[in-house]
Amino acid sequence: MRRFVLIAIPYLWLLALFLVPFFIVLKISLSDAAIARPPYIPQFDWAEGIWAFVRELDFENFIFLTEDALYWKAYLSSVKIALISTALTLLVGYPIAYGMARAPEEWRPTLMMLVILPFWTSFLIRVYAWMGILSNEGYLNQFLMWTGIISEPLIILNTPAAVYIGIVYTYLPFMILPIYAALDRLDGSLIEAAEDLGCSRAQAFWLVTIPLSRPGIIAGCFLVMIPVIGEFVIPSLLGGSGTLMIGKVLWEEFFSNRDWPVASAVAVVLLLILVIPIVLFQRNQQKQAEAEQ
Amino acid sequence: MNRLSWFNAVSLTLGFAFLYIPMVILIIFSFNESKLVTVWAGFSTKWYGELIRNQAFLDAAWVTLRVAVFSSTLATILGTMAAYVLVRGGRFLGRTLFSGMIYAPLVMPEVITGLSLLLLFIGVGLDRGVFTVVLAHTTFSMCYVSVVVSSRLITFDRSLEEAALDLGCSPAQAFRLVTLPIIAPAVISGWLLAFTLSLDDLVIASFTTGPSATTLPIKIFSAVRLGVSPEINALSTLMIALVTVGVITASLVTKRAMVRQKQEEQAAARAA
Repeated sequence: MRRFVLIAIPYLWLLALFLVPFFIVLKISLSDAAIARPPYIPQFDWAEGIWAFVRELDFENFIFLTEDALYWKAYLSSVKIALISTALTLLVGYPIAYGMARAPEEWRPTLMMLVILPFWTSFLIRVYAWMGILSNEGYLNQFLMWTGIISEPLIILNTPAAVYIGIVYTYLPFMILPIYAALDRLDGSLIEAAEDLGCSRAQAFWLVTIPLSRPGIIAGCFLVMIPVIGEFVIPSLLGGSGTLMIGKVLWEEFFSNRDWPVASAVAVVLLLILVIPIVLFQRNQQKQAEAEQ
Repeated sequence: MNRLSWFNAVSLTLGFAFLYIPMVILIIFSFNESKLVTVWAGFSTKWYGELIRNQAFLDAAWVTLRVAVFSSTLATILGTMAAYVLVRGGRFLGRTLFSGMIYAPLVMPEVITGLSLLLLFIGVGLDRGVFTVVLAHTTFSMCYVSVVVSSRLITFDRSLEEAALDLGCSPAQAFRLVTLPIIAPAVISGWLLAFTLSLDDLVIASFTTGPSATTLPIKIFSAVRLGVSPEINALSTLMIALVTVGVITASLVTKRAMVRQKQEEQAAARAA
């Protein structure tokens, strides 16, 4: 009895506040835009049962998504931005994780703390910090013009470049930590063995270190890529009107156009896109856990 | 171990410079006299004064704090229960669905979580405000708590619980007297994580709140959309300071607890 209660409470909570809301999104995405315009109170007549639901099915919103180029362009550009920024984060994060794993033992807890600390600091504030740096009269342009490298300010804020910088900056800890964990476990004698057997340092790195840290690289890439696809704060503060990302489109569809059925349809398609990386990630983590046992 | 090679030293220096310089600049310019944030015009703490006199920010901070305390406490209770069920609960009907619902919110885009919860609240006719934001934050942060607590439960020596049961404890007593003290550091860090996630959240709160309850991130977001402002720099500095002190304290406390636990274990081993 006690066990039943222990299971039931968190279970019911998640059912009511996580799973049921998805079905509501699905239902609204399939309902008629005209009746569903706010102030609209959805009619949930569960008594009528599944048949009423099926009868009312209306794919109008999804057809609308395919007709308007804005949406599929936004999906494509979100995926593109996510892929490129994941690669950039890996390029920036790997040397840091590698340096941490090679640092003297007594430094490592402090270095770990320095990586984790920004993660606890407000995401919004970390994105905001870059607005002052990247703007036309911002600190970066001031610095570059002071050194004489450029004579005209660079336009970075409100371009995709600013979005990439913001993503790499805010998601860097997610990339560093799993790679560091993998490198930290790596047995140093393997690299010595490779070097003894005639590998150069670079060869040993390519042939031993990189393959052995692959689980960390894969985990880090997924941890960056999945949330970036649906990112809203970074494109809206740093990207300007020129950067199209689906999280921002969904937000505007909801708050500015107040078209709830279309916003719901955008959410459903976004979820379908995310299912692929999420399942791959889950599989990778499971394989990892099994390998460790 | 070996000393740092020059390559590693350079990559660490550049990496940490990249992570910290933006925040250092933000902090420095919060003490700038000028309203033009990019031009230094002398040291001043006047923006902190402005901040304290700004009633809208104070109200938002109070709402945020209440939401964070309630939602992180609820999330810690629910998340610990969920972790216990997942690690110790054995098999039950719908276990796969349950663990799926624990892990899914961790990777769910916030815009989707926010939208779906809002549509639920409207569907059941709940008035939006502090209460609905607490419900929303509890739901996603309980999953983080449960991941943190279950990773501690997995490494935990089960025979300690069994010994307590053999010595006549009821399951509830065994949990309270044996399990809880051992997993306490994980429960506390779960609470801290839930608390900061709630303090930090813009997207989910924007969807699920009503006009009566504006949280600090919503307020900050609407202010910074118009550009950089010295007042927001001052506010950010305060928040960064708070988090830094909190994280360092927490890590010192858990370090001390771990040392003490190790000493006790060694003493017990010697006595045996």
